[in-house]
Amino acid sequence: MWTRSLFSPKTEIPKSAFIGLSLCSVSLVLGLWCLLTYGGITPKDFLAAPHEVIEAAIKRIGNLSLFHHIGASLSVILSGFILASIFAVPIGILMGSFRAVQALVEPLTGFMRYIPVSALIPLLILWVGIGIEQKIMVIFLGTFFQQLILISDVSARVSKDLIDCAYTLGANRKQVALRILVPACMPGVMDNLRVTMGWAWTYLVVAELVAADTGLGYMILNAMRGLFTDVILLGVFTIGILGLITDFIFKVLRKKLLPWSADF
Amino acid sequence: MSMLTLSDITVRFEPKGKPPVLALDDVSLSVAHDTFSVIVGPSGCGKSTLLRLVAGLEVPTSGMMALDGQPIAGPSADRGMVFQSYTLFPWLTVRENIMFGPQLKKLPKSECEDIADDLIRAVHLTGFEGSYPKELSGGMRQRVALARALANDPRILLMDEPFGALDSQTRQLMQELLLDVWQSRRKTVLFITHDIDEAIFLGDEVHVMTARPGKIKQSLAINIPRPRSIDALTSSEFMHYKKTILSLMHDESVRADTPEPVLA
Repeated sequence: MWTRSLFSPKTEIPKSAFIGLSLCSVSLVLGLWCLLTYGGITPKDFLAAPHEVIEAAIKRIGNLSLFHHIGASLSVILSGFILASIFAVPIGILMGSFRAVQALVEPLTGFMRYIPVSALIPLLILWVGIGIEQKIMVIFLGTFFQQLILISDVSARVSKDLIDCAYTLGANRKQVALRILVPACMPGVMDNLRVTMGWAWTYLVVAELVAADTGLGYMILNAMRGLFTDVILLGVFTIGILGLITDFIFKVLRKKLLPWSADF
Repeated sequence: MSMLTLSDITVRFEPKGKPPVLALDDVSLSVAHDTFSVIVGPSGCGKSTLLRLVAGLEVPTSGMMALDGQPIAGPSADRGMVFQSYTLFPWLTVRENIMFGPQLKKLPKSECEDIADDLIRAVHLTGFEGSYPKELSGGMRQRVALARALANDPRILLMDEPFGALDSQTRQLMQELLLDVWQSRRKTVLFITHDIDEAIFLGDEVHVMTARPGKIKQSLAINIPRPRSIDALTSSEFMHYKKTILSLMHDESVRADTPEPVLA
């Protein structure tokens, strides 16, 4: 019986059962939402009903303001994320494989990764102001140190045999670093960029906390003042959907750029 | 004339917080030109360490090593190595893997390709030139690794239990293929294994190693005529050699299983 497979670890289940269970959990949440709102259990300024969120969406898509906010948020997130990655990938690879770099970088990163980014906002305002630079810096600080640790770990796990093998084929140290270490790290780097991209999205509201006049985080914070729960939920859903899209893009990129790496 | 000479090689490891271990104790060994030498010994006897020394991947605590009269200092393309673990570069195709060494030597591209195509034929991988390692079986990967080491035309080919991870049928086929390639290209080979059958089947000379401290207990010339086929495995000479080596190794396996002696 296939029902047995539901309760055995690491066992495939029929595709229809997988989709069915997924639909179950989503419709459970949606059903609960409908029950709370249409059932009159919660007032509107506590939780907006589904159709109110859809109306809010249609209105903001119609006057393009939603896209305006999305554009502003995307530019903050992507700038911060790309900036962090440009530094974290090479430094992380070096840190994982060269003890000297590890000794230089590890004490600082070990300390910094436990500091909540929101605790640094006052200093950021003093140092870089309240423009887009401050928002980009929040994303940068939120992702850079995490990326560094993860990528250094990827680099540390590159098989020593692979490197020894390159030496016996006549490679020198520079060739080993550039031709073996770097490509060997790429699948892990891509996976961790994908994970940290997700984290970057979670910093969006923090980034747009101060002196913002556009962006999804701003839209949510602004709606909070008027208890516009429909707009808040619209913002939440938009961030979630954009997160899913970036995640999907990373998945496709990995398949296209690294066709040689093992499937996951 | 002996080509590779090791004299009085001692390797002492000093792990942190543990008593030092004498991995190799005064090992002397010579390997003649164009012969197939096999070192057989129980696990942990230091045979892999010995091979890594010849490859230049490790440095002896004391002793002299020379190849054609030149002292061995560091890894080089004139000592090719095939590892037990799969060490193909996953981001390169079969052909690119084999071309790795020749390309480092800056040989013209057409020459690199000729070398690769010739070796692909020799290890029976025609049709897989463009495949990535993840698409190959274990036996195929080790054939590519052999071809890649041979592409540099090394003066000596070092093999560290290259078929250890393969199932016994595949291993037998790989041994025959290796002998074929060796017979047609006449290389000096130093091969490490813990499998007595493999040692006798392949070797002109078999060196039996003892465990902890690693020493060469006895060297035997294997006078089984070549070319050898699987029929050799059941011949009376084969059984005679096997009996001799088994009794030499039996004492050693018992000893290797008891706690290692602590050095003062």
